[in-house]
Amino acid sequence: MKTISLDGAMVPLAEGQTVMECALAANIPIPHLCYLPGFAPHGSCRLCTVKIDGRFASACTQPAMEGQHVEIDTEELRQVRLSLLRMLFVEGNHYCPACEKSGSCRLQKAAYDEGMLDLHYRPWYPNRQMDASHPDVLIDRDRCIFCELCVKASRDVDGKNIFGISGRGIDTRLVVNSKSGLLADTDISAQDRAVEVCPVGAILVKGRGFEVPIGKRLYD
Amino acid sequence: MIRLATCSLAGCFGCHMSFLDMDEKFLALVERVEFDRSPFTDIKSVGKCDIGLVEGGLCNEENLAALKEFRENCSILVAVGACAINGGIPAMRNRFSMDECLAEAYLDGIGIENPQIPADPELPVLLKKVCPVHEAVRIDYFLPGCPPPAGAFEVLLEALLKGEKPVLPEKLIHYD
Ligand code: SF4
Ligand code: SF4
Ligand code: FES
Repeated sequence: MKTISLDGAMVPLAEGQTVMECALAANIPIPHLCYLPGFAPHGSCRLCTVKIDGRFASACTQPAMEGQHVEIDTEELRQVRLSLLRMLFVEGNHYCPACEKSGSCRLQKAAYDEGMLDLHYRPWYPNRQMDASHPDVLIDRDRCIFCELCVKASRDVDGKNIFGISGRGIDTRLVVNSKSGLLADTDISAQDRAVEVCPVGAILVKGRGFEVPIGKRLYD
Repeated sequence: MIRLATCSLAGCFGCHMSFLDMDEKFLALVERVEFDRSPFTDIKSVGKCDIGLVEGGLCNEENLAALKEFRENCSILVAVGACAINGGIPAMRNRFSMDECLAEAYLDGIGIENPQIPADPELPVLLKKVCPVHEAVRIDYFLPGCPPPAGAFEVLLEALLKGEKPVLPEKLIHYD
């Protein structure tokens, strides 16, 4: 049996698995955001950064290979994750008390897990266009972390191809595939996988408000 | 006696309410600390203190002056709550221009009589953008939450009174 070492634990590896898949199968947590089982890895958030034989790599995209030594839970990597999370927070507008996703948000949960108490960096306070045109679904682009999960879900699961990520660097943003660029002119529905899959409060179903009381939410 | 100062800048006093929420433990605390400037004492300017707790972000020049005064006088300065840490709800005005904000509040808003933008010289000048306190001064510790739970204040002060570094357990870390 081929094995890989994850923080010293010898874990079996199957043909074609990534480091992340090996770790998940062995119940060894590697923090991650843009990766979701069932979707092709995207490798954009870098939260899953690990050290493989002394070199940084993203666990969700790195093929697992016999005999690799993977470091996950080290102080150095904790600092890397903390910096990445802080950068994700400052390049958006994350006012959790006013966000309907709060308590069920994977970005927020990841930051709790890393013990993030402050932003450290200067918040950028972006001003990207909000899209409230659709009767049932809302987009707040200032909470998007560009994970592309909605893009893949809409294209590959819903068969609608509604979302895309456009632009580069700090100008990157979520775009909607309709002539007007507005959600109202697409055939999106609140039941779409693309809506449900968003890990943050960037794509929200309207009319739900703060439906689940504090204390009963997913990560409370 | 440890001297403790607290203030609310661009905040809602919710963090102070949560601080008081430690109920009977607050009585034990006041045996060990003396309050300097704080809404609890109504002292208006801060003297030399061991610990300063700052609620709220910076939205006007008065906030900025108060924060600097706290930094100069407090050995340990703690940013308390979401607004102090990332600007919070008041920072939601940052996506609008100052003119738009003032017009919405004083000229075009619903139910406004005698619309005019206040210009009394006593009023502090607004900053162009609301910003967190770590933008202006060095901050020693952060207590997240909107508001931070009473238990987080307990953990913080318990450690600081012993001269230790506070470590918040994960269940006391939340941003809402
Ligand atoms: S998307 Fe998540 S981190 Fe951002 S404001 Fe909403 S709950 Fe907070
Ligand atoms: S809208 Fe949500 S799912 Fe889509 S890219 Fe942004 S964060 Fe990811
Ligand atoms: S989870 Fe691997 S890069 Fe985002």
